[in-house]
Amino acid sequence: MSALPVTPGQTIGPFYGYALPYSRGHELVPPGHTRAIRLHGTVYDGQGVPIPDALLEIRQADETGTVPVADGSLRREGMVFTGWGRCGTDPAGRYSFITVEPGSTAPGAAPFFAVALFARGLLDRLFTRAYLPGDPAALARDTLLSQLSRERRQTLIATREGDGSLRFDIRLQGDRETVYLAFPRHAAAEGGLTRRLAADG
Amino acid sequence: MDEQDDISKEIAELHAVAPGMAQPLLDFPPYRSSLLRHPTNALRHVDPEGCELLAPVFGPGEVDPMEADLTSQHGGQPHGERITVHGRLLDADGRPVRHQLIEIWQANAAGRYSHKRDQHPAPVDPYFTGAGRCLTDEEGRYGFTTIKPGPYPWRNHRNAWRPAHIHFSVFGSDFTQRLITQMYFPGDPLFPLDPIYQSITDAKARDRLVATYDHSLSAPEWSMGYRWDIVLTGSHSTPMQREDP
Repeated sequence: MSALPVTPGQTIGPFYGYALPYSRGHELVPPGHTRAIRLHGTVYDGQGVPIPDALLEIRQADETGTVPVADGSLRREGMVFTGWGRCGTDPAGRYSFITVEPGSTAPGAAPFFAVALFARGLLDRLFTRAYLPGDPAALARDTLLSQLSRERRQTLIATREGDGSLRFDIRLQGDRETVYLAFPRHAAAEGGLTRRLAADG
Repeated sequence: MDEQDDISKEIAELHAVAPGMAQPLLDFPPYRSSLLRHPTNALRHVDPEGCELLAPVFGPGEVDPMEADLTSQHGGQPHGERITVHGRLLDADGRPVRHQLIEIWQANAAGRYSHKRDQHPAPVDPYFTGAGRCLTDEEGRYGFTTIKPGPYPWRNHRNAWRPAHIHFSVFGSDFTQRLITQMYFPGDPLFPLDPIYQSITDAKARDRLVATYDHSLSAPEWSMGYRWDIVLTGSHSTPMQREDP
């Protein structure tokens, strides 16, 4: 069905730091917002070493479950919730967003942050999801999570920390490797079989 | 440290094992940094939901048109060959991606990035930072004025050089269409040697990363013109949902 051949991806490389991160890119709401929470974590490589040159973007619904379509992400004035943010990892491989918890986008749906991940050494972007931990019934019903082994499922569910923040570590490789996603319209772009030989889980 | 011959041999072996891949192999050992930074499990196929179906949007109030001219950011002309890069941002169904953000970054004419971690002993250009952005227009068109970046050495193996390129960061209408890639220049002799470019094992797909020199885009006594169209994966929204207001 795709009429045009798709442009391939390439690694973000090591030198995006002066181009892509920007002031308050990680602040989806102002830090003083009454219901602001932190979504944070560390990005690790296959040996458990933190990755200091990764970049994350998140896309999310607002607290009512509406996905905002509003500009203002690049010049944040604190008045509009745009539901999108960008954060590079620090020298210890850590990232941190200030945001609100997303609501369910459909009745009974388990709320999640959509995450896109880029890094030097990673030849194309990866997509994943950071689910909220609060509603076990919704998580159990979720189409994606219910297909995964318990161990794999845990890689997609954020942890509530003592200070109320949400911790979501990302592992590119290794025994607790995060589950990464492909979407239906990506298939045509792959142009080969080896990337989708076997379903994991 | 490995020699280019070792890397080239590994590239050839992988091209024989996994030919015709139109996207980079994430597990591509000739690119040494990928060894510990690729997932070993297959990607999990899932239908997009909620926030995945909508890309962020950006407004004209947030992107100054001047940001598309990388040669005019510092009050003087940067060194190097002045070029323009024009093209269209489309999805796989051929529809233009309108009013969407494109960000670019690149090395200067000598192959040096204005980044503190770039240790290449080539001159820094005080008149060139090498970062720009723009919004596509009603037809998905974009355009940048910049200088042609130089190739630069890196430490993947001994005597490793990256072909000259401009990094592009692009959004579609779905979050699932997000793309970061690199645009190359035609006829670069470094193409066969570069493990990042060669991580795409399909030659036609690799070609899609190479801009075309277009003489009609060159400006007399001013700049050389290149054309490069970008095609994102298809949108998941139905034609009804996609109807323009």
